[in-house]
Amino acid sequence: MNLFEYSAGELHKKLLAKECSAVEITESVLERIDACEEKVGAYLTVTGEQAKAAAAKVDAKIAAGEEIHPLAGIPMGIKDNICTKGVTTTCASKMLYNFVPPYNATVMDKLEGVDAVMIGKLNMDEFAMGSSCENSHFKLTHNPRALDRVPGGSSGGSAAAVAAGEAVVTLGSDTGGSIRQPAACCGIIGLKPTYGSVSRYGLVAFASSLDQIGPMGRTVEDVANLYSIICGRDPMDATSARREYPDFAAQISGDVQGMRIGLPKEYFGPGVEEGVRAAVMDSIHTLERKGAKVVELSLPSTDYALSAYYIISSAEASSNLARFDGVKYGYRAEGYTSLTDMYERTRSEGFGDEVKRRIMLGTFVLSSGYYDAYYNRAKLLQKTIAEEFTAAFEQCDIIATPTTPTTAFRLGENVGDPLKMYASDICTVTVNIAGLPAISLPCGMVDGLPAGLQLIGPRFSEGRLFNVSRVLEQERGGLCAVAAL
Amino acid sequence: MNYVTVIGLEVHAELSTKTKIYCSCKNSFGSEVNSNCCPVCTGMPGTLPTLNEKVVEYAVKMGYALGCKINNVCKSDRKNYFYPDLPKAYQISQFDIPLCEHGYVDAIIDEEGNTKRIGVTRIHIEEDAGKIIHADPYPGKSLVDFNRCGVPLIEIVSEPDMRSSAEARAYLETIRSILQYLDISDCKMQEGSIRCDVNVSVHPEGSDKFGTRCEMKNVNGFSNVVAAIDYEAKRQIEILEAGGTIQQETRRWDAATGTNQLLRSKEDAQDYRYFPEPDLLTIVVDEDRLEELKNEIPELPNVKLKRYMTQYGLPYFDANLLTENVDKAKFFEDCMALERCQPKNVSNWLLGDVSRILNEKNIGLDKTSLTPDKLCDMIALIEKKTISNTAGKTVLEEIIFSDKTADDVVKEKGLAQISDSSALEGIVQQVLEANAKVVADYKGGKSNALGFLVGQCMRLSKGQGNPTVMRELLLKALG
Repeated sequence: MNLFEYSAGELHKKLLAKECSAVEITESVLERIDACEEKVGAYLTVTGEQAKAAAAKVDAKIAAGEEIHPLAGIPMGIKDNICTKGVTTTCASKMLYNFVPPYNATVMDKLEGVDAVMIGKLNMDEFAMGSSCENSHFKLTHNPRALDRVPGGSSGGSAAAVAAGEAVVTLGSDTGGSIRQPAACCGIIGLKPTYGSVSRYGLVAFASSLDQIGPMGRTVEDVANLYSIICGRDPMDATSARREYPDFAAQISGDVQGMRIGLPKEYFGPGVEEGVRAAVMDSIHTLERKGAKVVELSLPSTDYALSAYYIISSAEASSNLARFDGVKYGYRAEGYTSLTDMYERTRSEGFGDEVKRRIMLGTFVLSSGYYDAYYNRAKLLQKTIAEEFTAAFEQCDIIATPTTPTTAFRLGENVGDPLKMYASDICTVTVNIAGLPAISLPCGMVDGLPAGLQLIGPRFSEGRLFNVSRVLEQERGGLCAVAAL
Repeated sequence: MNYVTVIGLEVHAELSTKTKIYCSCKNSFGSEVNSNCCPVCTGMPGTLPTLNEKVVEYAVKMGYALGCKINNVCKSDRKNYFYPDLPKAYQISQFDIPLCEHGYVDAIIDEEGNTKRIGVTRIHIEEDAGKIIHADPYPGKSLVDFNRCGVPLIEIVSEPDMRSSAEARAYLETIRSILQYLDISDCKMQEGSIRCDVNVSVHPEGSDKFGTRCEMKNVNGFSNVVAAIDYEAKRQIEILEAGGTIQQETRRWDAATGTNQLLRSKEDAQDYRYFPEPDLLTIVVDEDRLEELKNEIPELPNVKLKRYMTQYGLPYFDANLLTENVDKAKFFEDCMALERCQPKNVSNWLLGDVSRILNEKNIGLDKTSLTPDKLCDMIALIEKKTISNTAGKTVLEEIIFSDKTADDVVKEKGLAQISDSSALEGIVQQVLEANAKVVADYKGGKSNALGFLVGQCMRLSKGQGNPTVMRELLLKALG
């Protein structure tokens, strides 16, 4: 096995046993990127020299006999909407094609603090709007499990890089399913944390009340380890929760005896492909065999969730993206004749179609005369959806659903049909609306493509999600293998 | 036809907190362009605001000072619009639930101390924007200075309760003095720390229906507010007199020409698309803290001014100057607490020679050795006629920057007043002989010549002669 194929947990053991150096690990991943990036297209920027220097620092620590963190020397990729000091952060938009932040996102400071090695910045749908990575201004990303398929989105680059072995773990962001859906499409693990558990400082905002940064990887332990580092109260983010977090990876028991698994009927409707449903039910049966009990339940407002999601997220996006006006940084159109003309040209030329569609939608729903009919009703619905989850968690400990109703679609298949594209978020958006944590795990293959199981828990129940995930991971045979390319 | 002018004001006052409202940049004026700003206050991608709680507390104090109901659970909202001085393209403000509402200001509108109650609709907190600079050496280009971005503001919105520019001025002056008393704003007009949006309408006298209003934005300085109101009222009356109708619109006041021009009509009014700021939590001030803040509110300047007039019998002029700043008012009241001398005498000395010395040295009372005790001792000596007023000035000069008491100086310099007429008759005689012409004038009917003669006697007695006694001796001698 090549070094790039191991999990972070295994690589950490190898580093401690001096079976390899951190520089060798980084070089292995860089070579893998060289070998398959042309087929996959996960990266927008590769920071190879910086990565090797960071790895060398870890080797020096090991040589000096210093203790190192489980993620020290581990090559990781970062979604390109997370600000990295001195490294271009584009959000896959022409608007920010040249934007180099003079500051780090809080999560980047935390990762640097444990000597993790950033290997580069990952492709995504422009400003995290999309479900296929096809809305990137710069390039297409291919699904490493089937190169003619989309990797999902918006964190498509983050999922593809992990599946291809181009990074050991990655960070994505999830506003309506943007970590879980691509994780499912690419056959890896992705966690959307509880809203407020990971600082959003330095995450270029799409929808502030829904966005969360989260970890992606090929083992539950790696995801738990990465989550343990990035979570925590941040005084720079007023919405980050004031609480203490355990070391999640150390707490995974892998015991589901007596656990009640809720199956909401609305998530298993006719829109869900038969193969996906069967794969998900296989995992449920596994959990039953391990001592869990199944509880059937209903979350009746699910049908309205997609509408509420697109209203709230677009409203916030229309305001969050207003700052990209050509005045201060990023793209500015040429040949303008006035201030208004500069604004109009810059924003018309700098944003892609999907972003403009959402800005217009969001502007409309916030407009005087429409606010009550749309935004206010969506916010009421948000409350109802959250309450239904709270009630559901009185009957069960965890909710299981498909992550996506289908497996990864073909590149180009849904590009002309935004509504069909939006429908791929149907199982994931409720989690963001309710601020809950959810994890997506591979649950088998359907016609050669990965299917994803989503586990949803009450707020701050990430530990419980990792536990259940570990049971399924062991059953499946451990590490999600790197795609053969 | 006679018209009634109706005025409402929106006052934006910069708060003097140490740091800005949503980041840790210093809240200071006059830094080098774009040197006092950070990724947060310039709205760089991914950055987030965190609320400076002091801003909330300052605003709550103003709310209590204006008799407002405090919404101690409220929220922040985004006001969305594009302008280069607004780097996020939205201003964090408050929309439907302001921190304070339903208050009032008792503005003193004349020298009798009469007040008019002006309703205060609301007070909310918000961030200031940057500044656009159109200047050399970049002809044809506009530059932006972001230093002012994130400076905390309160917006105080009045009811349309004012009926003249004089009332508007009185209202503004009261607001300013209250801000100063609470020590929550620098109130420096030239630095733009108080700015005003002015709403004006007119309607025929006798009608109870208000006319259509026009708004003038960002009027700086009280005299500009007065000029802007008078100009706008006149403009509207002229339109009505000519048979026209007033269109609701926003107009730009041009201080240089003393006129205003159309900025935008009602149809072009901006839709700010307010919605709750998702990056900030609900604002909550707990009941205990509210009580503490309420207890920190001092007696307000307008209330104090009226009290000085009624309790101490001071004229408006004195009361107004004494209450102008907290330190002076406190000094005066400490003097009154000693119950040693007359209020008007204390006021005369404080506003007269004491102020003159402070102004000359450009210092405050706290930089002197003068205490209420020392000042009242000195004034009491005058009141008891132990020393003359003129000698009092000498005493003040001696005691204001030293540890000496008035008694020390009087003894040291032999300033005690001489009231024994036999000791003064010689002086009177000398003065009469030396000023034969003035004496003749007096006898010829120029009664004010007497004052001159008294002055000459005082001079000759080195200020020690009792002027009343001198006067009597002079009158007697002049027959």
